[in-house]
Amino acid sequence: MIETSKAAGPALVEVRGLRTSLGGKVIFDGIDLDIARGKITAIMGPSGTGKTTLLRHITGQLLPDAGEIRVDGRNVPTLSRNELFDLREKIGFLFQNSALLTDFSVFENIAFPLRQHLKLPEDLVRNIVLTKLQAVGLRGAAELMPSELSGGMARRVALARAIVRDPMLILYDEPFVGLDPIALNQVLRLIRTLNDTLGITSILVAHEFAAVSRVVDHVYLIAGGKIAAEGTPAELARGESPWTKQFFGGEADGPVPFHYPACDYALDLGFPAASP
Amino acid sequence: MLGDALAQVGACGLFLIAILAAIPKSLRHFKETIRQIWFVGAMSLVIIMTCGLFVGMVLGLQLYYVLSIFGGTAALGTVVSLSLYRELGPVVTALLFAGRAGTSVTAEIGLMRATDQLSAMEMMAVDPMAYVAAPRFLAGIVAMPLLACVFNALGIFGAHLVGVTWLGLDNGTFWSNMTSSVDVWKDVINGVWKSCAFGAVVALIAVFQGYTTPPTSEGVAYATTRTVVFSSIVVLALDFVMTAFLM
Repeated sequence: MIETSKAAGPALVEVRGLRTSLGGKVIFDGIDLDIARGKITAIMGPSGTGKTTLLRHITGQLLPDAGEIRVDGRNVPTLSRNELFDLREKIGFLFQNSALLTDFSVFENIAFPLRQHLKLPEDLVRNIVLTKLQAVGLRGAAELMPSELSGGMARRVALARAIVRDPMLILYDEPFVGLDPIALNQVLRLIRTLNDTLGITSILVAHEFAAVSRVVDHVYLIAGGKIAAEGTPAELARGESPWTKQFFGGEADGPVPFHYPACDYALDLGFPAASP
Repeated sequence: MLGDALAQVGACGLFLIAILAAIPKSLRHFKETIRQIWFVGAMSLVIIMTCGLFVGMVLGLQLYYVLSIFGGTAALGTVVSLSLYRELGPVVTALLFAGRAGTSVTAEIGLMRATDQLSAMEMMAVDPMAYVAAPRFLAGIVAMPLLACVFNALGIFGAHLVGVTWLGLDNGTFWSNMTSSVDVWKDVINGVWKSCAFGAVVALIAVFQGYTTPPTSEGVAYATTRTVVFSSIVVLALDFVMTAFLM
């Protein structure tokens, strides 16, 4: 078990009455949640339940139908584009597919936010980039192009880019997909270490409860457009609600249907419908 | 159908306004604009020079034949140069530019959209309109007239090769008739204005198609096709309008 942070503080992200529909489907039906400052909070839930959508709301990439999303006291949906960019300068975002700039080398990808926003001497840029690359174990890959990286390496480069400006908040969207066990363990430690040493706040969207529970302080389980459960990993692991039992037990039967809605299976195969 | 087309035109117009608004900010990324001028301009030189040479050679051959019927082969240089400066240079270069540079710009931006690179820039507080769209738009406006000039030069050289070197027209007649009848402002500069306009239109369509393409491989494929089709139609239509005003 990796040691978790003991620091406490007021919520950095506050979500109140969040309602969102996409393509006629209700994603959030009045969600309230708080992301504690200095803590690592995991957002978990079945696929398609809106975890990435929630991150996009928090960063202002997507506007909700209704509700408040306050980040560091600022209501994100009401911010102007310039105000949003000011806020995003303090936020790191790790995309599901890494989203590295394919024309740039690994080094230049990580240096990109520094070069765009700060007029730093080249020596300092180099030192910062190499420090971040060393943290993710890829200092030796600085001159490689993104097309030369494996999926796991690309994720680690994207992580180095997300933390290059020491943000106050980092959002990780599925950071463990494609990582081998060694890299996964290192990234887990890195997330915890970054959070504690830099005093930042982290929001982690992931499915790997066993791995996530080693580093996070708090977990929200989203299902059916609502917060189905919340608490520490230990509390959720002991949870008795059908949502937690199905999700953390990985069971096919429960409130979350495994099968997409369809007509009768026998009828679909051309057999007479079974009598009830 | 018509409603969709009008909606596209409207969206493209709003996109143009957004690009124009982003241009001052894009000057911070001046190196990126230079890189794009090299990419859409210098990288298009081979196709522009080759096509210019052959268009000039065909023009020289056809016009020499037609003019010889009336005993007017001495006017070959004049007719070739006026055809190139006023019409063929800007228009053919724009069509080639749409096929060579426009499609690559659309595909590049479409793939950036599909792989979340544009979203990543947004998340790094870098405006993609200023970093991606505006430099490519400016590069189109700068590169197109330069390419058209190269096309014209190679076209005249091709006509000279056919008319003078091959068919035996007097070299002095070819050049002196050309220089005495071509007006710099009325013919050459008007052609340059046309090229600038065509460059802006092709670059706008290419960037717009890439920026708004659905993030799928099929979406990118359709977007690149639309860039060529729409650019060709708009360039030819705009050519008529500009010719009517510049005559």
